Amino acid sequence: MKAAHYWHCFVGIQTREWLRFWQQRTRFASALVRPLLWLVVFAAGFRAVLGISIIPPYETYITYETYIAPGLCGMIILFNSMQGALSMVYDRELGSMRVLLMSPLPRPFLLVTKLLAMGVVSIGQVYVFLLLALLVDVEPPLWGYLAVLPALILTSLMLGALGLLIATWIKQLENFAGVMNFVIFPMFFMSSALYPLWRMNEASPWLYWICQFNPFTHAVEAIRFSLYMEWNPMAYGITAGVTAVLALLATAGFRPQRTRILGASKPA
Amino acid sequence: MTIEASNLSFRYGDKPVLREVSFALTSGRFHALLGPNGAGKSTLFGLLTRLLALQQGELRLAGQSLKHQPAEAMRQIGVVFQQNALDLDLTVRQNLQYHAALHGLSRKEARARGDRELERFNLLDRANDAVRQLNGGHRRRVEIARALLHEPSLLLLDEPTVGLDVASRKALNEHVRTLCEEDGLTVLWATHLIEEVRTDDRVLILHQGQLLADGNGQAICEAEGTRDLAETFHSLTGAG
Repeated sequence: MKAAHYWHCFVGIQTREWLRFWQQRTRFASALVRPLLWLVVFAAGFRAVLGISIIPPYETYITYETYIAPGLCGMIILFNSMQGALSMVYDRELGSMRVLLMSPLPRPFLLVTKLLAMGVVSIGQVYVFLLLALLVDVEPPLWGYLAVLPALILTSLMLGALGLLIATWIKQLENFAGVMNFVIFPMFFMSSALYPLWRMNEASPWLYWICQFNPFTHAVEAIRFSLYMEWNPMAYGITAGVTAVLALLATAGFRPQRTRILGASKPA
Repeated sequence: MTIEASNLSFRYGDKPVLREVSFALTSGRFHALLGPNGAGKSTLFGLLTRLLALQQGELRLAGQSLKHQPAEAMRQIGVVFQQNALDLDLTVRQNLQYHAALHGLSRKEARARGDRELERFNLLDRANDAVRQLNGGHRRRVEIARALLHEPSLLLLDEPTVGLDVASRKALNEHVRTLCEEDGLTVLWATHLIEEVRTDDRVLILHQGQLLADGNGQAICEAEGTRDLAETFHSLTGAG
């Protein structure tokens, strides 16, 4: 297979994802309701409760809305990636996955391309969210919108790979409610998305350490720092490392027979 | 191009689904894989398309092990799955282009080949319609057109007529037979419907994971001492 074949395949998978997104634009809009509720309602209520001191990357006192905006960007990707990965092996995307796996190109390439394509659609949502966040005075520097892009891509690939790994190997979590309770909420709440970790440390040191070991924390920090044009090598390094490991595990360990891709559900 | 299976066995957990299945398809012929529901046909298709990993036995494509030549195998094989594998919200052409891209074809090439196939299937005027607007028979034709886009030499169809009315079933079956004759395609058509099989077809009868008969339909009937394939199928499997 030549490089041109890979390129056509890559473009084809991306194109299909955009076409589907265009078909389902109302779903795209409704997916923004959740983070906007957090930003407008939850943050308004909590602003008075939680004072935020000056912590990097911010150079001044910030509003709670400003603090949680990067975490909510992460949340958008988290929900989308899990939902996307689950649909790859269980329901909506089964037909498309059958077609995908009939490609002569290597499966890890196909799967990573597919995860990236799904990620691009969630990143589109993140940007719309960030534009709407301007209305509540979340105003990162202009170049921050561009600087955050690599962090968003990494995060979407990391969470997509995690979703695929979970959906393929953990049968008990085959519905979205299970994934929400056992993966999405713990990852989201035990991270720096809603509160700075020094505050968590004051409350409970062991919870603080769990948050530190949560890769989502580092993804959120990578988003936060790059959105404010600051370089955070540790957050980036950990996110990139975890992404590489998860992508490798998820694609190399992918077994269509552990999914419903072949047809009706069969015992694996 | 032909495919050879030797001693294929497959089990889901403790339950054996295929037992020591061996056969070799004849290049350029129509093969009917006949078996009642649960005979192991879809599992066999899963193995042929690499959606299931081989547990025991070997599959060879043109003498090469499928395991060692997966890319070459996928280039040579076109598949129509039992369940719909089209994006209902996308147009016919968009569906074809997705498949073509997965096989490394450029957009231009994909469009040319797609239009050629659609014309052959009398569906060119529906190219820009969403698949959802097509009836079941036409959707199946689109799936076959798609399976042929990358010009495979072997076409696998897993119960392609499921859910179609009698007239559409017959038309689809005729259509694939014509392709087989015109293009020299090797076809493996899985079904549990005896009326889709002719006595001059190469027939493979699968029952409870075992291949009970393999040969020309007429010859199988003579060997079994039965009048027709329906009787043979019934006496071998208790079905039909």
